[in-house]
Amino acid sequence: MSAPELGATSLLRYLWRQLTSMRTALILLLLLGIASIPGSIFPQRTQSPLKVREYFDDDPSGSKWLDRLYLFDVYGSPWFSAVYLLLFVSLVGCVLPRSLHYFKEIFAAPPGAPSLLNTMEGFQVSPARLESAEAWLKKDKFRISRTSDSIAAEKGYLRETGNLLFHLSLIVVLLGIAASSVFGMRGEAIVNVGERFINTPTNYDNLTPGRFFSLESLPPFTIKVNNFSASYDRKTSQALDYELRVTTKDSLDSSEVNQIVKVNEPLTFGSTRVYLQANGYSPLVTVRDSQNLVKFEGPVPFLPQDSNLGSIGAIKVPDMQPQIGFVSSFFPTAARDEVRGGFSSFPELLDPRLLVSVWKGDLKMDEGVPQSIYRIDTEEMERIGLWALSIGESYAFEVGSITLNGVVPWVNLQVVRDPGKQYALFGSILAITGLLISLFIRQRRIWVRQVGGNIEIAGLALNKLPGLEDEIGRMIREIGDQK
Amino acid sequence: MSRSDWAYLSNDLIYITLALFALSFLSYAYETAFSLRANKADGGKYLDRAVTTKARKIASILFVVATASLTLAVIARGISAERIPLGNMYEYSITGAMAFALAFLLIGIKFDLGWLGLPSSILILLILGTAITLLYRPSAPLVPALQSSWLVIHVSSAILSGGIFLLSNTVAGAYLWLDRMERKGERSEFAKRLPSLESLDQLSYRLVAFVFPLWTFAVISGAIWAEAAWGRYWGWDPKETWSFITWILFASYLHARVTAGWKGRKAAWLCLIAGSSYLFNYVYINVWGSGRHTYSGL
Repeated sequence: MSAPELGATSLLRYLWRQLTSMRTALILLLLLGIASIPGSIFPQRTQSPLKVREYFDDDPSGSKWLDRLYLFDVYGSPWFSAVYLLLFVSLVGCVLPRSLHYFKEIFAAPPGAPSLLNTMEGFQVSPARLESAEAWLKKDKFRISRTSDSIAAEKGYLRETGNLLFHLSLIVVLLGIAASSVFGMRGEAIVNVGERFINTPTNYDNLTPGRFFSLESLPPFTIKVNNFSASYDRKTSQALDYELRVTTKDSLDSSEVNQIVKVNEPLTFGSTRVYLQANGYSPLVTVRDSQNLVKFEGPVPFLPQDSNLGSIGAIKVPDMQPQIGFVSSFFPTAARDEVRGGFSSFPELLDPRLLVSVWKGDLKMDEGVPQSIYRIDTEEMERIGLWALSIGESYAFEVGSITLNGVVPWVNLQVVRDPGKQYALFGSILAITGLLISLFIRQRRIWVRQVGGNIEIAGLALNKLPGLEDEIGRMIREIGDQK
Repeated sequence: MSRSDWAYLSNDLIYITLALFALSFLSYAYETAFSLRANKADGGKYLDRAVTTKARKIASILFVVATASLTLAVIARGISAERIPLGNMYEYSITGAMAFALAFLLIGIKFDLGWLGLPSSILILLILGTAITLLYRPSAPLVPALQSSWLVIHVSSAILSGGIFLLSNTVAGAYLWLDRMERKGERSEFAKRLPSLESLDQLSYRLVAFVFPLWTFAVISGAIWAEAAWGRYWGWDPKETWSFITWILFASYLHARVTAGWKGRKAAWLCLIAGSSYLFNYVYINVWGSGRHTYSGL
């Protein structure tokens, strides 16, 4: 059965030709633009998981449908990837053959003069001789092909080079992006001031490695967080400056280096960079049982809720009998009004208060279900106390006591390995260079033909940039002068 | 002078600028209106240009003075905040209006843009009016995420591109309006003074071709900055997504013109669609959108 096979190959060839046509590439480009719109309308899991959760809370069944259409993961969805991959294939299939064709053409002679010059651009007649036209074109560095009664000349071949450079470098950019997502990694860790971050998988709060990134290849650096200072505008609470001072080591036995990290100035360890992304406060608390034995001690990171760093958090003490949990709020500068109750009026530690509501019962920490470190499920617990602590103060409840010893800031370090970014940048710079060349270099042809005692001159501006008519005018003036 | 003196000076200058642009607009309007008054000697057929040359001259002088005053206002705002005045939407708007006005004047040296004076002055009035009434924020230092030399490079290239996209859209809009008029019959007396469809078509294309590399650069410099500030060069933030869409639309526009030979009506519509995606990004995403490009209080 050879006939259907032949049909299949010709069909494939037909499909390939369709896919790699410039028209398809343009349609796919437009489609990629349209496909990226929903991602700016619906909240995306990668950027704002909390907003996605709100969607599910507000409208569970509708959200389920949106989710089936990947509208919360647009940029990782099969349909977005399909457009992206088809565009990539189409671009490769369109640009590579064109480059080959162009490399042949770069050495070719300009195509001969059309039979009717007066239909072309800038048509003029001059009594000058064909030879002086040829000399003028040569002097002006046109490439020339000559017959006995006509000249074809072309200039500005660099435009096509720029055009191809632009499209080839788009492929470099796309490859760079792909390399980043496959060979890269990103992760986040909350580190209290005074603590040390060692770059191993267990020290991350969340870690997303690329498909071909091995966790063993995390570089063995350590970062000791020495000090974090933030300054704020007294009136508006707007942040003015964040400065993080750290001591870093590239590996366990290399020497220590003191460094400063700012929002726009990350740390660099080879191809891995560490960014200062967020900050908040960790109250330092000690919890004792009724025998006055210390059951819990240390800083607990709280999650900021507003621009004045009013924060919520949870202190969980599973070692006490019964288990104790403190559902808490922290206000760096405590204030109170009738509408909001307690709140924070400034992000610096001017008058810190820790509000604790004490719950006893089952913290459900042994069930293996991942819990938020900022919240407590109090469904099977009973509230046994409520107090607002200032620094140094203790509060005794039914089965023990809690003391607020102090407050330290925490910082959220984002660790990113992005091996493709140099290629993406390199590709972008090439792309812009190619774009400038292809948009601003005039590629044009000029034809001259002997008709009786006169010569006819006309041309074609290949990329429609103006100036051809002036050029032909200048040519006629100058060869007329020579005569 | 103290910082708040400079801030007050800047605000006063913005009000003066508004008044000057309003006067310029009125002169352009006068010119337009009275050019319609037919000359009795020729049976009311043609325009009486002599009456209006003076109005046009006054209007352009007012436009130049208003632009100068706006430039001073932007500079004073910068001095008052001790930084480049690109820290919030109010500042983007006044700097963007300045870019638009300067582009209008600079391009006007080579091409006769006087006929665009009326729509241009009204656009600038709208931008500045919205800025001072709805978007105004007191002069303040930058939030830490904006403390970078990329601010100047990225935001100024984006704003400048926007100003020129807007100009190319104004031209494309004029094209469509005149095209409609010509298809219905003859151009009105007023419209007869405007450039030919051909030259409008060319001008709008040239503006886009000129500014497209700058817009590409604005997107790339944004990516470089995002890598330094947020740890990723591209994250599909709404503003990033829409600048990508704008880029794609203008790329398609250039492609359609150069390789598919589009021109005239179809090209003008595509130009308007692409330009509106820029405006959508600027207005909608800044005001109602979420994402990392929205900073406290616009």
